[in-house]
Amino acid sequence: MPYDLEHKASEAGLTAPSNALEGPPPEDRAAVSVRGLKKQFARYPALNDVSIDVRPGELLALLGPSGSGKTTLLRTIAGLEFPDEGQVLFDDVDVTYASAAARRVGFVFQQYALFRHMTVAKNIAFGLSVRKRKDRPNRKAIDARVAELLKLIELEGLGKRYPAQLSGGQRQRVALARALAVSPRVLLLDEPFGALDATVRKSLRRELRRIHNAAGVATVFVTHDQEEALELADRVAVLNLGRIEQIAAPDVLRNHPATAFVAGFVGEANRLEGAARGGVFRLGALELAAEGVADGPALAFVRPDQFELAGQGLEITVERVTLAGLITRVDAIDAAGHRLEIALPRGTEAGALVHGAKVFVKAVGGRVFPAT
Amino acid sequence: MSLTAPSAAKIGHPNIGREPLWVRVVVIGVVIAFVTLMLVLPLIAVFAQALSKGLSPFVEAIGQPDSLSAIGLTLITAAIAVPFNAAFGVIAAWAIAKHRFVGKSLLVSLIDVPFSISPVVAGLAYILVFGLQGWAGSWLIDHDIKIIFAVPGIVLATIFVTFPFVARQLIPLMQAQGVDEEEAAASLGASALKTFWRVTAPNIRWGLLYGVLLCNARAMGEFGAVSVVSGHIRGLTDTMPLHVEILYNEYDFVGAFAVAALLCLLAIVTLILKAALEAFQPEVAANAV
Repeated sequence: MPYDLEHKASEAGLTAPSNALEGPPPEDRAAVSVRGLKKQFARYPALNDVSIDVRPGELLALLGPSGSGKTTLLRTIAGLEFPDEGQVLFDDVDVTYASAAARRVGFVFQQYALFRHMTVAKNIAFGLSVRKRKDRPNRKAIDARVAELLKLIELEGLGKRYPAQLSGGQRQRVALARALAVSPRVLLLDEPFGALDATVRKSLRRELRRIHNAAGVATVFVTHDQEEALELADRVAVLNLGRIEQIAAPDVLRNHPATAFVAGFVGEANRLEGAARGGVFRLGALELAAEGVADGPALAFVRPDQFELAGQGLEITVERVTLAGLITRVDAIDAAGHRLEIALPRGTEAGALVHGAKVFVKAVGGRVFPAT
Repeated sequence: MSLTAPSAAKIGHPNIGREPLWVRVVVIGVVIAFVTLMLVLPLIAVFAQALSKGLSPFVEAIGQPDSLSAIGLTLITAAIAVPFNAAFGVIAAWAIAKHRFVGKSLLVSLIDVPFSISPVVAGLAYILVFGLQGWAGSWLIDHDIKIIFAVPGIVLATIFVTFPFVARQLIPLMQAQGVDEEEAAASLGASALKTFWRVTAPNIRWGLLYGVLLCNARAMGEFGAVSVVSGHIRGLTDTMPLHVEILYNEYDFVGAFAVAALLCLLAIVTLILKAALEAFQPEVAANAV
């Protein structure tokens, strides 16, 4: 019997990551499915009719400014908050009001929440050691699992340390290992890199991707950093004021933002306030195709590389010119006083681009939305 | 702890280091003089008086049946009141620090009532409820239950007076620790009970111990409330502090100071225990790294 449990533990573990990818194609079913979630906090709605599917094995980012409801959504999936309305489904089973303990999710807290009185090894083993006797792997199996996870997070030999004796990045990885130890159905991370400095952040990002790939478990992480979301995630859900603005792959989000909010929040697009008429957006002499946009005030989002110098168009005053590799970055200001950031191929009209010079630009691309 | 440490390092030490020598000498001198005069000398006086006629009268005074009975009653009272208040304190602190509910701030204020109210009033209140003329008086007589002027009354009064010690010690500690670790435990599949025993309890054990030691010191030393409900029946309802007063009023100075010295000894042992336990906290030392 002990052998049996041991066997089961290793089978459910990291040694068989391909398990998660077997069965029907990923698109056919969702590991986690959230339907019509609503949650009201004292004054404002935290979640306003949110629906989202997390596909098996994918890495999904919840991106949004603070107060957008992204953390509330994550905690609702984990069973740490409960919605006023709507459903949470795990593999098509309704768990909306199931306790966190019953859900078998891996949750990594922003401040890690490691058990301070336990060693690293005890922390990682916790989820297995609190199981009911009949489901609990024996001691040897737990030790083996801990060793395996310590190896995965590259902290072998630190099992006997206490959390306070680790660096921020190490604690983060221990929290990840502790969450993975129970072979969760879904891994949930709340601002996983929020408390770390910039260099550690970058390397841990790659680390998370590697661990995610090795464990093969569907992962959802919350972030307010668009660069982090776009670099790391398979898909990104952009949240604003408790609503999902768009769920898409990073390049889709960047090139085809569905709403003005996404266009403004993702990427580094310039925001131009003009007017649409007859399917054309105009700001001064700058024109941009705006098919399907109703006549009236409109917003155009134009990326820095979507501008070109032209004989006529929007008149701008050059403030600063920076040479960055093959690109000339120009900080400029238009007649209305709005700042613009423009990226031109190196060498274009270099002579004209000096501080204080007035030049014209046109937009060769960009997205137009009705102003609300 | 982690919140106060940086500011103390920034503001506290360098400034003190820069004070002129005479300021430091005066400040430290005043503190030492005050502590010696007000705290240490009286203690020494108690022991000196108790042993003024040698060791054998001291031992004899303590060995009297009434003294032994007072010591026994004090120990029994503490043995009941302290565990009760420890359990209640943990439950109250847990409810207050880790949960949100209506009337929480009122509950926090109520826990402080025994601190803010005079112990004598507390004793009188118990007489009003459980005494012969009290609300429950006739019912208690019918069922032949004696509370006032008996051991149960003394235990009740002691519980009342020492009510806040453990809860007061734990509430700020548990609030500072937050609910993250409990939520983490829950998300890892731990039941509420397992979460409490394996995560919450270990995190508060030192705070709990301090609370229990302070609670115990007060439980053994309480005079006012116990004096009102006890009835001063020698050999039956006299605790150590009450017995000290009786002996003193009978001009049995050696006897009074012998029992008083023993009471002091219990308190000093409590403090030494506390200091010794503070020195043996492996993971606190590790956390300080």
